[in-house]
Amino acid sequence: MLKDDPLVLPSILRDATNSDSALKKFLNGLSGVDKVGVEERVAKLGTRSIKTTAKAEGIDLSIRMIDLTTLEGMDTKGKVKSLCAKAKRPDPLDPSVPSVAAVCVYSDLVGIAKENLIGTNINVAAVATGFPSGRVSLAAKLQDTADAVSQGADEIDMVIDRGAFHEGRFLDIYDQIQAIKHTCGAAHLKVILETGELKTYDNVKKASWIAMLAGADFIKTSTGKVQPAATLPVTLVMLQAIRDFETATHRRIGMKPAGGIKTTKDAMKYLVLLKETLGDNWMNPNMFRFGASSLLNDLLMQRQKMKNGAYSGPDYVTVD
Amino acid sequence: MVFEYAPAPESTKIVNLKSNYELFIGGKFVKSKAGSNYKTINPATEEVLSEIVEASEKDVDEAVKAARKAFKSWSKLTGSERGKYLYRLARIIQERSRELAVLESMNNGKPIRESRDIDIPLVAAHFFHYAGWADKLDYAGLGKNPQPLGVAGQIIPWNFPLLMLAWKIAPAIAAGNTVVLKPAETTPLTALLFAEICQQAELPDGVVNIITGAGATGKFLVEHPDINKVAFTGSTEVGRLIAQTVAGTNKKVTLELGGKAANIVFDDAAMDQAVEGVINGIFFNQGHVCCAGSRLLLQESISDDFLNLLYERMKTLRLGDPLDKNTDIGAINSAAQLAKIKELTNAGKSEGAEMWSAPCDIPNKGFWFAPTVFTNVSLSHRIAREEIFGPVLSVLTFRTPDEAIEKANNTPFGLSAGIWTEKGSRILEVAHRLRAGVVWANTFNKFDPTSPFGGYKESGYGREGGRHGLEPYLKAGK
Repeated sequence: MLKDDPLVLPSILRDATNSDSALKKFLNGLSGVDKVGVEERVAKLGTRSIKTTAKAEGIDLSIRMIDLTTLEGMDTKGKVKSLCAKAKRPDPLDPSVPSVAAVCVYSDLVGIAKENLIGTNINVAAVATGFPSGRVSLAAKLQDTADAVSQGADEIDMVIDRGAFHEGRFLDIYDQIQAIKHTCGAAHLKVILETGELKTYDNVKKASWIAMLAGADFIKTSTGKVQPAATLPVTLVMLQAIRDFETATHRRIGMKPAGGIKTTKDAMKYLVLLKETLGDNWMNPNMFRFGASSLLNDLLMQRQKMKNGAYSGPDYVTVD
Repeated sequence: MVFEYAPAPESTKIVNLKSNYELFIGGKFVKSKAGSNYKTINPATEEVLSEIVEASEKDVDEAVKAARKAFKSWSKLTGSERGKYLYRLARIIQERSRELAVLESMNNGKPIRESRDIDIPLVAAHFFHYAGWADKLDYAGLGKNPQPLGVAGQIIPWNFPLLMLAWKIAPAIAAGNTVVLKPAETTPLTALLFAEICQQAELPDGVVNIITGAGATGKFLVEHPDINKVAFTGSTEVGRLIAQTVAGTNKKVTLELGGKAANIVFDDAAMDQAVEGVINGIFFNQGHVCCAGSRLLLQESISDDFLNLLYERMKTLRLGDPLDKNTDIGAINSAAQLAKIKELTNAGKSEGAEMWSAPCDIPNKGFWFAPTVFTNVSLSHRIAREEIFGPVLSVLTFRTPDEAIEKANNTPFGLSAGIWTEKGSRILEVAHRLRAGVVWANTFNKFDPTSPFGGYKESGYGREGGRHGLEPYLKAGK
């Protein structure tokens, strides 16, 4: 299985990670990203009109792609419990609504989430590695990851060291991701770039490559704690990096925009971007996730509206 | 297939089409004196939309007379008074933009996304821009108190029917001229709707006259002795005839003709955005664009990778119902144009170039041509030299910047060009050496009413848009 062994890379890419200077050279050799062009392309795709059957399909697909998230200092067992209930059965009135893909929590709450999702296909994702800033030692990051994995986390959402990125220590980031990946074992690794702190699309592209080269299963835009979080242009740049990486390695990396995606309309725009950039192979929860909390209720309200012909309002969906 | 877009057609209910249209002369729709009728169709369905007059010589004369009569008072109005009318036209165009966009797509075949997001907003923007100039003509760089020329005869093409009307009419009437405009034979309907808008705006009678018809009508207009100015956008072939006709007369002329623009992609370009720019350069409006980037000049070292990206991107282009909001590629405007595209693409094949077309379902009715790329093209091939005016891209490669510039300039045309590189100094140097009226850097097909537009060599003369666009409609003052 190619995908499970991040070290199986074409020789040119293996050489790129041999030294700090080789990696820097490789990343600087990637073609640039033109800001105006990316934003124009996104604006144009934003005019796609998603109606009737496409909208219904898009809503259910979006629900199935959600990493239902709570990442607050005030998170409690009770909160996680009710989130798990919502994840299993998003709309208590309508059993035809699919479950979400995963519940995403801090690592100390993984056990609670696991317990409450027994007997379902819903994964538990844990943010780890000193989330959200990542400003702890590698040892602490590894411990954080190991804790989450030992409690049964199926997926680890790690953050990269943005300070290292801005210092140009790309190989350090690469090494850290590899170390975390190793600690993950069978758990899937999502690498959060925190694009709101990388600032330029060129940086986003470079960071995407570092993460993919180092063995990320998914690349993810944001922690949700920094503004801006996920945006459509940033997502497009990352999707195109994923496409280029597949061309070079035949490995398919997943994508997770997270933070700030609140409405059905937003979600449809992301699906359009995904479909027209990477195509049908990525149009499933194994390859694409939404990191979101409030998005689910808007999807449910739109779903009810499509079904009943009338908009129900926020009192007809649960606030968990 | 996952997440297939459901049909999202824009409703045509908003458009009130009449079964036939008369000529708009002296502020009224009037019967033709001697002209015959023809049918105008929807090129996507071949369905008849309305019946149109082919104006006769007598009709043209009536229209010129009405314009001449109106000129006396219109040219005496203060600039700010004229400006008020232009602002009013611009606002009504905005208010009725959906109606105009739908009708434009019905009669032209272009996707509603383009008529709605590009054509009609630019039409309004042009009227707003020149409305602002009407009382500032002293500052147009033509001396104090420049004077209008008189009656302008204007002939426009079918690719951007209402936008070309705006490019012609807005500067002309802002400067105090009156106009007789002939829309293209196949796309008269938005011009006739614009005539209704002139009535709605209470524009003084005769300032704008719209006469419909084909080449013969246009010839009557150009030859009319009481015309002071001829403005034409269209083929180089017809442009040449017009230049011959007006030679030796006092008529001022501007011609905006064909093009065979080079879109030059260097190895240090931002790849994905360059691919997008190439797509936009040639497939925008089905390639029915005089400044289309129809020759892709690709640096040899990146040509394979670039073409792979281009083909993959082209596979996602959605060809079909122009009124569907998700359509990227609409219909070819006419059977004649489709025949011309086919003739040239057949020539491309027989001359040894390699043809690739994006896989797409071609509707049974109407005129269609799939987005197409030719590789292994030499500069001597017809598809590298002649304007195809369709969704067909010819790819040539180069090794050095000098070679790119030489190949880009090696054409009888010189309307536009594009440069794709992340290197600023290269943009400046290459742009300086390209013989083209418009050079776009890291973008393509960008239009703005403040920016002058026009060509070198066989692409015509005169500039439209911006301050420069006033010059063809004014006599310099003291």
